[in-house]
Order: sequence, then C-alpha cells, then structure tokens
Amino acid sequence: MKGEVTLRPHVTEADIEAHGVDPQLGPGFVPVKGEPGAQGPRGVDLTAVRAYGDTLDDGQVMLSFSLPVPFGDEAKEAGRQLCRQMGLEQPAVYHAHDLGEGFTYLVVYARSPYAVDFTKISVPKVTSHRLDKHAVEHLAAEHFTRKLRVLGACTGDDAHTVGIDAILNVKGYSGEKGLEAYKCFEVRNMGAQVPNEVLLREAREFQADAILVSQVVTQKDCHRTNLAALIDLAEAENLRSGIVFVAGGPRLSHTIALELGFDAGFGPGTLPPDVASFLIQALVARQTAAQ
Amino acid sequence: MVQSLISTAAPVAPGFSCPPLPLDPARVARARELAGKIAQEVQTFTETRSTVAVERTVLRLFGVDGANEEGVPLVNACVDRLMAVGLLRDGVARPFCLAMHDTGLTPTQLAQRIADGNLDLTTYAETVPDAQWAAVDALGRKLARAGVDRILAQRNARAEKLGRLGCGVQPLKYVIVASGNIHEDIVQARVAARQGADVIAVIRSTGQSLLDYMPDGATTEGFGGTFATQENFRLMRAALDEVGEELGRYIRLCNYASGLCMPEIACTGAFERLDMMLNDALYGILFRDINMQRTLCDQRVSRRLSALSGLIINTGEDNYLTTADAVEAAHTVVASTLVNEALARACGLQTDQLGLGHAMEIDPTIENSILYEIANAMLIRTLFPGAPLKFMPPTKHMTGNVLRGHVQDALFNLVGITTGQGIQLLGMPTEAMHTPHIHDRYLSLEAASLVFAGARALGSELLLRPGGFIETRAIATLEAAIGLLDEIAGEGLMTGLSRGHFADIRRSPTGGRGLDGVFERGDRYWDPCEDLVTAELQRLGQLDAQGRAVGGAV
Repeated sequence: MKGEVTLRPHVTEADIEAHGVDPQLGPGFVPVKGEPGAQGPRGVDLTAVRAYGDTLDDGQVMLSFSLPVPFGDEAKEAGRQLCRQMGLEQPAVYHAHDLGEGFTYLVVYARSPYAVDFTKISVPKVTSHRLDKHAVEHLAAEHFTRKLRVLGACTGDDAHTVGIDAILNVKGYSGEKGLEAYKCFEVRNMGAQVPNEVLLREAREFQADAILVSQVVTQKDCHRTNLAALIDLAEAENLRSGIVFVAGGPRLSHTIALELGFDAGFGPGTLPPDVASFLIQALVARQTAAQ
Repeated sequence: MVQSLISTAAPVAPGFSCPPLPLDPARVARARELAGKIAQEVQTFTETRSTVAVERTVLRLFGVDGANEEGVPLVNACVDRLMAVGLLRDGVARPFCLAMHDTGLTPTQLAQRIADGNLDLTTYAETVPDAQWAAVDALGRKLARAGVDRILAQRNARAEKLGRLGCGVQPLKYVIVASGNIHEDIVQARVAARQGADVIAVIRSTGQSLLDYMPDGATTEGFGGTFATQENFRLMRAALDEVGEELGRYIRLCNYASGLCMPEIACTGAFERLDMMLNDALYGILFRDINMQRTLCDQRVSRRLSALSGLIINTGEDNYLTTADAVEAAHTVVASTLVNEALARACGLQTDQLGLGHAMEIDPTIENSILYEIANAMLIRTLFPGAPLKFMPPTKHMTGNVLRGHVQDALFNLVGITTGQGIQLLGMPTEAMHTPHIHDRYLSLEAASLVFAGARALGSELLLRPGGFIETRAIATLEAAIGLLDEIAGEGLMTGLSRGHFADIRRSPTGGRGLDGVFERGDRYWDPCEDLVTAELQRLGQLDAQGRAVGGAV
C-alpha cells in the first residue's frame, strides 16, 4: 500500500498497520460500521462526530450571510440571535460590513454542539470502478463489436456547454481527452438549449446507447424540473429502459440524479474517464443481463 | 470636435498605463489591413440584405412599442405578416408609412390594429401611388427623425451627467446582477454601486438570445438572469441615475445586444440610455448557433445605432477559450478582436467605444500562468491604444472553493491594473456555483479596489526584459494571428467560420437559427432610418463623406 497513497496529516504507520487503507477515507481510517463506540484513529468517536477547528469536538463553524437590516449593533445582535436559533453556541461576529440600502454583511464563527453518527451514514455512489481510457477501450472491445453511441446535450434553456464539452469533446479537460477521442464511442454533442423532445427524437434516430445531459443553470431549481421531465417523457415514449441516462452539472450529485430517475449523476470535478468508466460498465452489465 | 459628445472612455489616474511592448508597426499594420479586407467583404454582403429583426428595429425607431394581449410584440405582428406572404423584400417602412398616411393613426395605434387583425398591412405593400409618394416619404423621414432624436437626446444626457457627476477611473469595475427579477436586480445594483461598482451589467435570462422577439414590460421571472425588455432597461436606468446622483458618480448600465434581436435591443437600449452593450459580430454564431448571415446583417444595424448612441460595445472574445485551449489558441482571440474592430469601425464606432473583450482562460495552476496572462493582455492593450478594453477573468477554472477563487480573481485584477485595461469584469468567489449574492459582489469590489489602489501606477514603473518570455510570447501570438487572418482573408469570413478557426467550433453559412429571417433587399427597398443614421454619423464625424470608417480604415 505504501507509496500508492499520500499520508494524511497525523496518520501514523501504526494507524495504517491497524486499520489498512479505506478506499474512500484514505489510510488508517476504517469506521467499524454500526458498532456503538466505534473509533477511528486519534480517538474519534465515530458515532458522535462534531465539526473540527483545532481541538477535537470544539464544533467550530464559520458562516457568512447578509441581513436585510441597517448596519449597526442591532444588526450584529440579530446575526448572533439567528445563529443561536440555528442551534449554534457562542456566536461571535468577526466582521460586519455596511452594504448600504439597509443591508448588513456578517461573518460569524460559532460552536455547533450537534454530532452525527458517522457509522450510520449511507451515500449512494456510482459503483463502477474508475478505469483509464485504455482500460475502457479494452473492456469495450471485449464485449462489443460496434461503437457505443453517446448523445449529449444541454437541455431546456441552458446555454452553458462548458461541462458537456469538457466531457465529450476530443479536447477534454485537465489533460484527459473527452469521449470523442475514445475508439469505442460514437459521440454526438447537440450543444446548447436542446428541448427534451428534440433530444429524444435525436436519440431514437441515432439509436443512442447513452444520453448525457448537462445542467448548469439551477435558478429556482429549474434543473430538477427539466431533468425529471426528460425521464417522464422518455418513459412515455418507451425509451427509458433501453438507454443509460446520465446527468451532470455543478449542482448535481449521484444522489440527486437517482432521485430524478437517472442511472447516474456526476458533480463538480468529474473528468471524462469517470463518465466513460461508468458508461462502459453500465452497458456491459446491461448486455450481460440481457444474455 | 463633436467626438467629445461620446464621452465613453473613463478618466485615468496618474501612472495608470501598460509597460511598453515593442511590436513592429509594419506587422500591426499588416494585421489591420487583413482584418479590414475581411470586414469589407462582410460589409458588402450585409449592405444588400435585411432581416426581420432589422425591419422590427425600423418600426421601433418609428415609435412602435408594446405588445398585444397574447404578449406578441406589435413590431413582430407587423413584420411577420409581410414576411409570411413574401412582401417584406422592399422593407416594412413603405407599407407602414402608407397605411399611416391613409388612416391618420399614430405608429403604435396602427401597429395595434394590425396586430389585432383589424387592418391588413399587405394591402399597402404592392405600390404607392405617385401622388402619395411625396407625403409618404416625408412621413417616413419625420418618423425616422423622431427616433434618431430620441437616441441623440440620451447621448447628450449622458454627456451632461458624466460632465457634471464624473465617474470612476479605469479600469471601471464591472459587476453583474442576475436575480431574474428586475425589482430585486435594482436592489442588488444599488448596493453594488454603493460598494464601488462603476458598471452594472444585467445578465439576461438564459435562452433569450434565441427568442426572435423582445419580451415586453417589467419582468420578475428569469433563469440565470433577467429578460432584456425596454421597460426593464428604463427601471434600472432610473435606479442607477438616482443612486449615482446621491454618490456623485455616474453609474453605467450594461446589457446584451446579441442573439436574434440584436438590433432591436441596441435600439431600445439607445432609447433608455444604456452605456454599454455586449455586442459581438461572431459570438452568437459560435456559441448560440445563430445563422451567420443573420448575425452579420444584424450586427451591422445594431452597431450603427450603438455608434450613434455613444455607448461602448463589448465584444465576446473572452469566451472563445472556454472551449478552445488557452495556451495554443490565444492567437484566435487576437485575430477575432481585430476582425471585430474592423467591423465596428465600418459602422461608425469610434476608438473610445471599442470595449474589445478579451481573456485567456489560462489554467491558474500551470507554472507561470500569470506571465501568459500578462503577455496576452499587453498584446491586446498595445494593439488597440485608446480603446476601453474589457478584461474578463477565467471562469472555467473556478472550483467551488470560494477562497481559492477569490485569490485567482485578485491575481487577475493585478494583471488588469498593471496592463492598463479599461473595464475590469470582476470575478466572483462563487462564480460557476450560483448567480452572485449581495455580499459576493461586495467582497469582489472590496478586493478589486484594494488591488487597483495598491498597484495603480505599477504599469508605468515596469519595463519588460527584452527578448524575455512575455515579449517573445506576445510577438509570437501576433504572428500566429496574422497567419490566421491571412488565411481567412483569402477564403472569406463565412468559409473561415465553417472551418472552425474560432473556438474550435464549425458553423455552416446555411446552418443555425434565424436564416429564414434573412432576405436580399428588393430593388425598391426603402428604410428612411438607415439614410438618416448614416447622415447623422457623418455629421458627428464618425463616418466619412462616403459613409465609410473615418480614416479610411475600411
């Protein structure tokens, strides 16, 4: 294990000896699920985890927000009271600024007494292994004799194609080439502002194996409405089960995507191989299930 | 002489300048010559065509305003009717003026009748009896005069306010509001002005660029921005004037004359005294897949009106490198900026109206990224002396770590002040996560003010190391831009666009949205506004006696 991972601060060789390396949490940190009093390294009680500033269980948090009240001592007190109502203790207004027009900006530090039971946490994740481009190509060649057709678009009013372009275009992002550069994919990127109806019409014509939808604009949760509408429409048109649906965007997560009826969701920091890995493994799984 | 009327360029503080960059004047002249050739071909193409948006603009200049009960703007109702039956080739002005002459109605009353289906404009579209032509001609000229005078009155009002109140110094601090609700935008904008903003840009609702009509009235619902409507312009203008009077500083208002309604937005913006307009000849083609014939025709009319109104146009090259590679494709930004300049000058826009936009979207984690930024910023600054260049920070590399983003923006601001940029679009720490909250704008303005004050005269103290990285990079980028311009000048801009020279995006001359709204002008095409705008631009010294760019640039 050594040499493959970077040691986190304060994790000793002994911690790693004792706990091994957890794929999500890193070296030396293995929660014992469901056991009362389960402990991680450094004596953290994993059944009652608090925010951390510089001392275990100090509960330190920082907030910044504005209030629609004039600047002054009353505004600061209002900020402190609001924090107490949030359940925070010892709120200290570090900074207050007069924004004008009867608005005040506050930076508050406080103590949160609350704790979460980390041993009970369950977060759905994209379960595929992250493969590199070569491994994706290899897996595709093993299972498919044709190219897999991937259709991408920013749907609804969304005109921000930076995300979908980074995943699909040859150029890619951060040194990783996009799906167009993969031999196993045939990619069609429909670009900005594609209505759901048009996307599904294209999917039928293109015989898409997968649809990637990017949603960047999220005002008033329009991304949720729009994504849910796409799945409804796909179901109505009998296209849902035959196609892998993937959503991506800065305010999306796998959990949200699943809620909305997608097969997977990708948030900030996603690179083309993340999506390619999921797609190829999902498509292989479908093929295997069909056989 | 009369040029002082424009008064768009903001004052500069002592020492604010860009370090000298030794470009070969012959190579700069060559770049301009090629860009001028490209623009000339576009100009010839667009002068013989019109579009539905241009015809709607004629009606707006005539004074037609408002929408019918279904929300269809009256100008659309009039133009669409003629277009549908193939009677728009000679323009909307003649049948409209003939019908006005015949009915004695005001422009808006007549348009209302047409929109309600109570008057058929097509019956006036065939011929004008000779006996009536003199009266119709005079009526058209009178209406055009009234429209143009509205624009000139606002130009004078801006000059008066700038003279009396003054304004911020360069780089002007430019922030956006984007709540979707014009009334909420006004609160945000007034607070921003108090925190030091010089320019308020109201971001449009996503998707507006693809609407082939301008929504009407005050709007409170939008996505990622607020609809550009004449009433929203008016409301925001009044709010900024009020807070500007109180602060003793003129606050500029910016919107977007782009998309399928480009000339109509330029016209209504000129009526409501906007001070800046995002207005790029190529942006909509590349990034919104608007048909290139449509956009090239529309940009000509929109820019002529903007030239007349005295506002600053901002071009959108800063977006190119969100899709193309920043380090490899920097020359495409330079080439496009030169083409945009040539097209703008051909429309009568003057140097102090050219807020050419640029930014390089360089990954801040690469070694010496700031040297690349400086090299590109100095190159553009040196190529366009006197123009209030608009410098926009990289948005592609914002990570959601708001504190890191704040530092990236601060470094970018340092490059802006050191290289003499005219307008600094302030990055927000929350960029790429949500539209700015009220305090995001304050944090950005406070940080920019610190950097600008701290490094105000830095540019005038620095000399480049001869033959060093920055100088070499800048010269190499210019040479690559000249190479690209040479290629495009040979094949024409439309072919160049279809070959993906800009932003790695390919567009076909007959593809994209809005081509069905373009038509070749008929033999009897008549638009009294066009002639009057040309005459006024000549009177103001913004076009020469032949109607070309002053100084014979194009």
